[in-house]
Amino acid sequence: MTARIGVVVFPGTNCEHDTALAIERAGGSAELRWHADAHVGDVDAVVLPGGFAHGDYLRAGAIARFSPVMGAVSRFAAEGGTVIGICNGFQVLTEAGLLPGALMKNRGLRFVCKPVAVKVTSSRAALCAQVPVGTELTMPVNHFMGAYVCDDETLGALTDRGQVVLRYVENPNGSLDDIAGVSNEQGNVVGLMPHPERASDPLLGSTDGLVLLRSLVAAVGDGALGVADVTGPAAAIS
Amino acid sequence: MKRYSARVEVWLRPGIADPESATIERALPALGFDDVGELRAGRAFCFVVDAPDEAAAKSRADELAHRLLANPVIEDATVNVDMAAAVPAVSPQGRELASQSVGQSVGQQDRAR
Repeated sequence: MTARIGVVVFPGTNCEHDTALAIERAGGSAELRWHADAHVGDVDAVVLPGGFAHGDYLRAGAIARFSPVMGAVSRFAAEGGTVIGICNGFQVLTEAGLLPGALMKNRGLRFVCKPVAVKVTSSRAALCAQVPVGTELTMPVNHFMGAYVCDDETLGALTDRGQVVLRYVENPNGSLDDIAGVSNEQGNVVGLMPHPERASDPLLGSTDGLVLLRSLVAAVGDGALGVADVTGPAAAIS
Repeated sequence: MKRYSARVEVWLRPGIADPESATIERALPALGFDDVGELRAGRAFCFVVDAPDEAAAKSRADELAHRLLANPVIEDATVNVDMAAAVPAVSPQGRELASQSVGQSVGQQDRAR
C-alpha cells in the first residue's frame, strides 16, 4: 500500500510543495494538512516541513506549537505514529516537547545556506531505517537557528540510545556534537536540519534526500506505525 | 478583578553559548565603550493581567512566562508583577501616552469596581 503522508502547513511554511513532490518521487502519496485543523486525518506519517511557521516570532516554532494541529500531531506520535520535522519542522517539534533539546542561533550569527554532508549515525528511525549507518549524504541546509543544544545528561542519553540519527561531517553552525538530526526515545519522531526535499532531483545537484524519503515511505507504507523493523517488510521493499 | 502590569525578562541560561551578546560586546571597543563588559542581551515582555490579587496575577504571569515566553531548555525567566492601571510604556513617546492615560484608566477601574 502506498504510504500516505500528511504534510502540515502553518502560516509561513514555505517548503510544503517541494516536500510533497519529493515524497511522491520517493513513492509515497502526500496530502497537505492545514495547521488550524485539529486532526491529521488517516495518514501513515506526518511531516512538518521547512519555512517560518507563524513568522518564527518569539522563537522559531514557539507559536506553531500552539496551532490546533499540534495536539493531533502529539497524539499521533504518542500512538507510535511516525513524525518527521524538517528544518523549521524540527524547531517546532523541539518547542512542542516532542523532541529533546532546542535549536539556537548559529555560531557566528551566520545564516547558513549551502549543501552539507551528513552521516547517518543510527538506523532506529523510519527515516533512516533502510540506510546503512555510516552512509554519507549531501543535502542543503538553510537556516539561522540550527545549532542544536541540550544539557549533558540529555546528550549522554541521546548518544547511548542511538537517538542521534544524523551528524554533520563538517559542522556548519556550531551544533552540539555535530548533531544534524535526532529522534525521540521511541524512535518514531525525528527532526533534522538538512532539507531532503531539496536534494530530490539531479537538477538540484543531489538526489541524496530521496534516500531518506524512500526509507520513510517504505517503513510506513505497509501500515506499520513507528519504528521500522529493518528485518521486516520495510527492508524487503528496497 | 484588578489589573496588574507584568514584566517578564527572558535570559539565556548561564553556560548556553550566546553569540548575540558576544557579537555586541565585541563591537563595543570600536565604538569607544572600552569600559563596558559582561554585556548580556535578553528580551523583555510587558503585559497586563486581570486577577483578584497580586499572587494570582503573579501565578498567571509565571505560567505564561514558562509555557510560552521562555524555552526552559535554554532560557530562564524573571517575572515581576505590579499593581498598575496602564500598559507599561515601551518607548519615550509611548511612556508619555501611558502616563497621560494612567489617571484616566485608574478612574475607569475605580468606577468598574
